[in-house]
This record gives sequence, C-alpha cells and structure tokens, in this order.
Amino acid sequence: MSQIETFYDVMRRQGITRRSFMKYCSLTAAALGLGPAFVPKIAHAMETKPRTPVIWVHGLECTCCSESFIRSAHPLAKDVVLSMISLDYDDTLMAAAGHQAEAALQETIEKYKGNYILAVEGNPPLNEDGMFCIVGGKPFVEQLRHAAKDAKAIISWGACASYGCVQAAKPNPTRAVPVHKVITDKPIIKVPGCPPIAEVMTGVITYMLTFDRLPELDRQGRPAMFYGQRIHDKCYRRPHFDAGQFVEEWDDENARKGYCLYKMGCKGPTTYNACSTVRWNEGVSFPIQSGHGCIGCSEDGFWDQGSFYNRVTDLTQFGVEKNADQIGLAAAGVVGGGIALHAAVSALKSAQKKTQDRKSAKEEV
Amino acid sequence: MVIQTPNGFELDNSGRRIVVDPVTRIEGHMRCEVNVDDQGVIRNAVSTGTMWRGLEVILKGRDPRDAWAFTERICGVCTGTHALTSVRSVEDALGIQIPDNANSIRNLMQLALQIHDHVVHFYHLHALDWVNPVNALKADPKATSELQQMVGPNHPMSSPGYFRDVQNRLKKFVESGQLGLFKNGYWDNPAYKLPPEADLMATTHYLEALDLQKEIVKVHTIFGGKNPHPNWLVGGVPCPINVHSTGAVGAINMERLNMVQSIIQQSLDFNRNVYIPDVIAIGGFYKNWLYGGGLSSQACLAYGDIPEHPNDFSPEQLHLPRGAIINGDLSVVHDVDPRDPEQIQEFVDHSWYTYGEPGKGLHPWDGVTEAQYELGPNAKGTRTNIQELDEAAKYSWIKAPRWKGHAMEVGPLARYIIGYAKGHEDIKDQVDGLLRAMDLPFDAIFSTLGRTAARALESEYCSRLQQHFFDKLITNIKNGDESTANIEKWDPSTWPKEAMGVGMTEAPRGALGHWIKIKDGRIENYQCVVPTTWNGSPRDTSGNIGAFEASLMNTPMERPEEPVEILRTLHSFDPCLACSTHVMSPDGEELTTVKVR
Repeated sequence: MSQIETFYDVMRRQGITRRSFMKYCSLTAAALGLGPAFVPKIAHAMETKPRTPVIWVHGLECTCCSESFIRSAHPLAKDVVLSMISLDYDDTLMAAAGHQAEAALQETIEKYKGNYILAVEGNPPLNEDGMFCIVGGKPFVEQLRHAAKDAKAIISWGACASYGCVQAAKPNPTRAVPVHKVITDKPIIKVPGCPPIAEVMTGVITYMLTFDRLPELDRQGRPAMFYGQRIHDKCYRRPHFDAGQFVEEWDDENARKGYCLYKMGCKGPTTYNACSTVRWNEGVSFPIQSGHGCIGCSEDGFWDQGSFYNRVTDLTQFGVEKNADQIGLAAAGVVGGGIALHAAVSALKSAQKKTQDRKSAKEEV
Repeated sequence: MVIQTPNGFELDNSGRRIVVDPVTRIEGHMRCEVNVDDQGVIRNAVSTGTMWRGLEVILKGRDPRDAWAFTERICGVCTGTHALTSVRSVEDALGIQIPDNANSIRNLMQLALQIHDHVVHFYHLHALDWVNPVNALKADPKATSELQQMVGPNHPMSSPGYFRDVQNRLKKFVESGQLGLFKNGYWDNPAYKLPPEADLMATTHYLEALDLQKEIVKVHTIFGGKNPHPNWLVGGVPCPINVHSTGAVGAINMERLNMVQSIIQQSLDFNRNVYIPDVIAIGGFYKNWLYGGGLSSQACLAYGDIPEHPNDFSPEQLHLPRGAIINGDLSVVHDVDPRDPEQIQEFVDHSWYTYGEPGKGLHPWDGVTEAQYELGPNAKGTRTNIQELDEAAKYSWIKAPRWKGHAMEVGPLARYIIGYAKGHEDIKDQVDGLLRAMDLPFDAIFSTLGRTAARALESEYCSRLQQHFFDKLITNIKNGDESTANIEKWDPSTWPKEAMGVGMTEAPRGALGHWIKIKDGRIENYQCVVPTTWNGSPRDTSGNIGAFEASLMNTPMERPEEPVEILRTLHSFDPCLACSTHVMSPDGEELTTVKVR
C-alpha cells in the first residue's frame, strides 16, 4: 500500500491549505456527532492514511443511491471522489466502457487485494440463472461474487442492497435478493433507505476512512450512529403527537398548522433513520416537514406493510431512551393494535389529555 | 448479409463485430454490439437492455393511491416523473380535479427535474465523450479565462487564478496515479477535438455543475420532503400552504417560497451563463461531426407536458409540445391519442418475452408480458456468458413500442423538432438563435450534437417556465387561494367499481405514459411505456430498427476497439435502462398468486 498517497498528501497536493484541512476535520467531526476532542484524531488519521480504493457495482436498481450520493453537501461529492477515496470502478460515472471498464475492475481487484471497499447499489436477481441483470454478458451476481471475494468490507447502499426494495416486493418476480443473501463471508454495512440520506452515505465512508474501522452496527447491520432511533423519537412534530393534535385530512387547518401526520399513515413511529435530525438535501427538509407522512423506506419489506396511508398499528410503547435493538427484541412478541394503548399512555404521560383524540385513535384500531 | 429495413436503413453484419458491455455513464444496464466495415464505419447496430425488474406485476392488487411511490422507484435519476405520471393516471381514472396551486407546484417540481437531469446528464454522463480532462493539463489558465469571458461573459467564476487552481488540483489528481473515474478512458483517441483551454473550461464546469445540481433539486425537497424520490399525492400535492398565520413554519411559507425563488434564479443563471455557452463552444469544435441523427429526421413523438391550467391536457395548453411526425414530413404534426388501441402498440418478437403468437402488437391497456429468455441460433457464447447476440432472434429485455407501426424517437430533440414544426415561439426562437450562433443549417439539428444542444436549450426554457409558475403560484395565493389538495375522492368507497385512466408526462428522456385499470379499489392492471423503451427498442416484427440502433448507423470510428463514438451517440439520448426494462404484466395464473396484505 506504500504506493498510495495519504489522504492528507492528496489534499495538500491539490492546493488545500493546512488551515482548510483542519477546518475540514472539524466539520467532519461535527457531521459525525463527535466533539472537538476528536478533531486532532481525525487530522492524524487523514495525514497517515492512503486513499482507499472503492469499487461500486450496480445490480437491479433505480440508481437513486448514486443520485443521492452526489447530493452530499458536507463533504461535497467532488471532494469525496477527488480527494478521499479512489473510485476505481463505477459504471454509472466512469469514463471507460465495455472491455476497458471491465479491465479497470480487474486491475483494481488485483492491485488492492483485501484493501478495497466494495460498495453495492441494487441487488442480484436469482431467477432465470441471474440473467435478469446482465453485466458484460454474464449474470450480475457473478460480478458481485467476484468483486466481493477480495474486498475488505462491503457497503450495501440503500434498500435494494440491504433488504431487496421494490423489485423484491411481493411477488418478487425476478427473485431479487439483498447482498447478504449471496455474500456471507464478509463484513457488510447496511445503509438502508430509498435512497439513504446523502450525508449519511458520505458520513459512513468518512467514518471508515477516519477511524479505520467499521462503524458500530446494530443487530440488523446498520450503523448505530444514524439508524439507532426512530424518526418519531426526534420528530419536530412529536409534541403535536403527544398533545393529540393530528392532521385529519389532506390540506385541512391542522395540516396548515403543521400538526402530527400519524393519522395520515406516517410511518415515523416504526422507522429507524436520521431523517428528522440530519434531514435531506443539506438539511432543507424531510418528508414530514413537507407535509407527507414517512413511508418507512429504510425498513425491511416496507413495500408490503399495507398502504402508505394506513395508520401504524404495531407501535410499541417505548420511550426515546430505547434504541433499535432493544425495541426490536421486545417488538418480536408484540402483536398489532398497540396504538390505542400507546396514545393513551402518551397522553397520560404528558398530562395533556385530549379525550377527542384518544377516542379517534381507538376507533382506528 | 445485407438487409434493408422498412424504415430506410441498410444493415450489413458481415464486418468485424464490436461489443460494448457494460455501456457506462447511463442509468441501468445496457449492451451494444455493432459491425464495422474495413474503414471502421458502423454498418449494423444492436442495442440490448440487460436488466428487468417486473414492477407492474408487483403493483397488481395494491392501493392505486400508493402507485406513485412504487413507480417512482422505476428510476431514481428521472426521480418524480413516474410518480407524477402515476397520480395523473389515477386522477384521470377517477375524474379527480386538482387545485390550481397543485398544478403550479407539480410543474415547479417536474421542471426542476428536467433542469437537474439535463445538467447532470450533460456534465457528468455525457461530457467525457467530448471533453478530455487529461488534455486540460496542457491548457494556459490565462487563455482559458479569456475563453470563458468570451463565451460566457456573465459567469463570475472566470479568473486565470481560478482556472489555475482547478488545473493544479486536476494535475495532482492525475499525477497521484489513482485516476479513479478517469481510469482507462480514451484520452489519446483522436476523436477528442477540443483545444486544451476548452477542455479545462469544461472540466471546471464538470465540478461546478456537481456543486450546483444539489441546489436545483431542493425544489423537490421543499415541496416533497426529499430528493431523490420526493413525495406526491393523488388529488394534489402533500404540502399545505400557510403564509399568513400561526403554524406557518409547518407549511409552505414565505421563507420556503423565497428559497424556491433563489433556486430558480441560480438554475436560470447557470443555464444561460454556463450550460448553453458550453454547448455552443464545445459544439463549435465538433461542427463537422454531425453523425447520429438516426430516426430524428423522420419519426418523432411527444405527449407534451407542463399544463398551464390544472386538469387541462389539451395540446394548446401545454408548454412542452405534443404531437407525432412521421416519414420525415415536418409540415404535418399528427395528433397523439394514448387511448386509441391502434396508435401505441408494443411488439416482442425480438424481446425476451412472448405473446404466445408471433407478429402481434398490443396496446398498453391489453399489455401482456411473459418472460422468455432465449438466445438465437447464431448467438455466440452460452446462456449465462454471452459473447455475441443474434439480432435475428430475441435479444433484449426491452419491448418494441411503435406508433401506428413506426419506430419513433422521443426526448428533448423530438420535443424540439415537434415544437419547431408546430411553430412554438419560444422553441423556434431558441433553435434559430443557436443555429445562427453556430453558423449551421437547420438540418444540422438531426444529429448527436442536435440532441445534446436541444437538451441545453430545453433546460433554459424550463428555468423560465419555473419562474412563470412560481409567479403564478404567488399570484394565486395573493388572491386568497391556498388550496393544495382535492380530497373529495380520497376515500376509495367513493370510487366506481371499475375505472381506467392514462397519465402522461414528458420525462427528461421523452414521452412517458402510465395506463391503469382499477377494480374494487385496487389496481387490476398497470402498464408503463417509457422513453427508453421507445429509443432503446429492438427490431420489431417488420424489421424496423429502434432509435439507438438507427443513430449509430454509418458513423465512422477512429479506433473501433475504443467505443468513443458509440458512447457519444448513445449518451446523447440519456439512456435510462431501469425505466425501460421494468415492464411486466403477468398471465392470468401469476395474477392469482399476487398476495396483498
């Protein structure tokens, strides 16, 4: 690996001053939710680490993950690609095609055996001998296995690679499967969402480059730092939920006042993601803020949980102090219909009883 | 063997076969094979969609109000346009009238997509077919600055120091030996014609555009909560408006509207000061490379989009034109009726599907798709390791849609040719102005370069339309109308037992249609015919070749083993393979297995 420049070398050689570099480290620390004490650590890591080669392959997908990735504001996508990683294969963005593209893939695998990160967007279909997704005349699943064999770690970008997403929704005609169903001998970091938030994607990569280790993962394999809590737990409309103030129909007075979207089918109470904190597109908004409920796009099998406008009925009555694993373990034994109880508990807790809303919440179940 | 196609092309597959797989810098997966003669000229072209997801079967039995979210995931690049098409199809089926504000907001979002998609396409997917970033290292930053000030005098980022910084960054990047995305590019191929200064200017704009594109989409984030894949609503838009009173911070308020206005201005400035000048400057060096016209001079199709008034899709009310041109006759623009079973039909004789009998064409209402993956007798390789395809047999996951039997080109160039032929004033002014600036005759528009230029012009036109609809939205709110959704028919119990509808849009890549049948409150059948299905279509029963294939014909290649010219022309269509190859409607047996919880 000695032939690879360090991250800091590259930044300096590209005309970035020491001062800007340190500023960048502070921003990175902030983006990762780390205190100022981590800034020297990040700086040190970047001064001594080589640029990590990344191979980014594409299966059955809609390419929304790549589109999201290039929306990243901190760090900017151009800085990631020019200064942080070496994106040596990515059929969506690379200049070469055909034989020259395949050669780039092979060269990277051979040169950086065991040292490259494999990023997977989309997923492999297994029906029809895998030929529902063909790359270089062969099934995509072959390319995936080949590239995975010598990878240091694998990132499963988005709902497709993590869980299967829309093509795996019932009846899954192509038998599309998530990456971990075909690659079982490598560490896999799932970064779910349709797509994941841009700054979560670059945050995960930057974390790995900075600390030279995989992020702490929950039981489902998601980075705990971004997927540890429900959207509901940190939703700015949560006080309206607790107060029993709900949007009753689209564009009603309550909608215009920004009340809770629970009754419109919002899946925030059962969805683990950073939307209500990091928000989208440089923090401009997120689905609930724009007036539509969360559709739960970072959850396994979210396409097959009934209409997006049906009210959540399997809401568990845990508080914000619980994380995904604790709730997940307990929820395994919980049957649907918990919402009336939850609404009641919530109302009692906040001592803001609104009998009308409890009544309507019960009616719903 | 030489074959004459009914749509006027002479195919000769006797020469050397060149295979490009994967075709990169596109959305999805695609393969292309061509035969070149002794002079390296393409004499036969075969384009193949190499992925298939089956979304329509997944939609069966679901709530029609959810369909936008499923279909939106057909494509994350043209994100939103499938969702809009979907809600339009449901509203058409159920007779739902959307409020005026919803129309303006939807148009603002659809136009944001057009602009975003065109900018990202040109700079990040297409530019490297014309621009050589390695050659930019030889540029004189001072001369580059002069070039910039000449072609785009109003663009503020134009100093010699600025270009020197970018060049230094690029230089260090190349010297590091880790070329990343530029690895194995065709940088010494003589097909690249730009002087180093133009290469440096364009490479600099590659980076600027990467920064800007994330701003353009914030229009989606404001009204739809996120991008990619913002949220939509049957009956209107999900975002309420509250500009006057308590709670306004939870709705579209003055601050949100100001942000939209600021983004519209940024997009407009970039289109005027950077994008169009770049196309003119780069195009100027490729004026003698007017290949790639394909079907554009003879058969173009557009459904039209951006309705001035809500719920009125009559052609004269659409800002992007509707119509069909056939047989190269621009004096007649035919009406297009998506409900007429004789107009739009799909054929599968050369696609990996079967209708049970050969030669049959089906209207989307009656669409059937049953997968049948098989290679022809003259294919080389095996079923799971294809060396060469046999285009006389089945060879693609894309169906072959035809309009009254004609293979059609769709997309920005088709829209602009139709608009020009109809005398659309804005379009005519733009096209005439561009041709004057480049000193080219009208026929030059029928080319790869024409396709690329039409996209740039359209991006600028869409920016102006955004301003128009923003002003309209403000005026309407001023007049006291804050309504954004019509919920009269939100409840499925208000729906008829059976209903059918069509939704149409102009996606960035061209004409997009969704056909829906609703029964007992659930989706009974759902069909999409999408732009890249038209453009990337394989041969049909009569042997007509599709737009991609036609556009490659008779193009000389500098070095046949390096597919620069093939990529250049294919990219000019902005292929979107996830869109084109999702199509599937099952036979009756599969239908019963769809389980909806």
